[in-house]
Amino acid sequence: MPVEFRADLHIHTCLSPCSELFMTPGRIVEKAASLGINILAVCDHNSVEQVEVTAHIGGKKGIRVIPGMEINSSEEVHVLGFFGDMADAFSMQKVVYENLQPGENDEDAFGMQVLVNEEEEVLGFNKRLLIGATSLSVNRIVELIHSFNGLAVASHIDREGFGIIGQLGFIPEGVKFDALEISCMTTMDEAHARFGLYRNIPWITSSDAHRLEDIGRRTTGFVMEHATFDEMRLALKGEDNRTIIF
Amino acid sequence: MELQEVINSLSLKVENPSVNLKREVTGAYVSDMLSDVMGNAHEGFLWITLQIHLNIVAVASLKGLSGILLVNNRVPAEETLKKAIEENVPILTSSLPTFELVGRLYSLGLRCR
Repeated sequence: MPVEFRADLHIHTCLSPCSELFMTPGRIVEKAASLGINILAVCDHNSVEQVEVTAHIGGKKGIRVIPGMEINSSEEVHVLGFFGDMADAFSMQKVVYENLQPGENDEDAFGMQVLVNEEEEVLGFNKRLLIGATSLSVNRIVELIHSFNGLAVASHIDREGFGIIGQLGFIPEGVKFDALEISCMTTMDEAHARFGLYRNIPWITSSDAHRLEDIGRRTTGFVMEHATFDEMRLALKGEDNRTIIF
Repeated sequence: MELQEVINSLSLKVENPSVNLKREVTGAYVSDMLSDVMGNAHEGFLWITLQIHLNIVAVASLKGLSGILLVNNRVPAEETLKKAIEENVPILTSSLPTFELVGRLYSLGLRCR
């Protein structure tokens, strides 16, 4: 019998330069657990390097952590990729790194890109320009995510900056998003009024948290048998009595 | 002003010379956000941008723009050029950055109104 799981599928850790340093895997999981969230997706900018530790801690607290990444396209459109396992996530990261804007992160300008362990000890700093854009078009990114068995979601389509509609005017034909994300800036009624045209694609909403207090400010309900990636895919498609609630 | 005059004055390359270049440029608009162009560019305007995505052709068609000028040695994506030929939207390119191009267009007398 399918039951509802609460999912916040857009969380930045302290690896994202724009996130606050308190966004450590341990604190993220703790906060999510206190809110009764069942599923998290860690979606740092152009990197999956902090997913495993978060998933490990999440596992101990009964929270499923989905490997994710927020990829910045050549048009400066943000796309979320969710993956079934770390192998697929790392395959995607390899392509993203190969196509990421060259240059080193400037911590004064963009913030620190900190890698930490379960005990919140600093393991190192990612030197790449994670805030930068890739040379991959949005069309190509969606194809690549699918080639690694992932789910592709257009980030915060209601936001002008880095949202696909703001950057590209409308969602290009032939780009097969598995879902569109509505940010916390927009209510469901507003979303219907503005994006009703795109109701044929499933909608999710998530926190896009960069600070601990933002976690869970929006969640999507996934009605399914288990809190797994494969079940989430079914729920997004609305198959086998699985569905999503937003 | 005739589009051909703009092309000649700024030594622009026409990426799809098969389209009809005989058209009037009524003004110009610069933006890399397509939603902004949809809201603020007017019919007959030349659009200066660095975006090469297929959607630029749709926006230019929708707004009846006189052409798209890609800056800084950018070249249209393959499917973009194909669509531009179908939709009869001139795609022009230049090695100059946006600031230089816009300065020259302004000197030619083009305005954004």
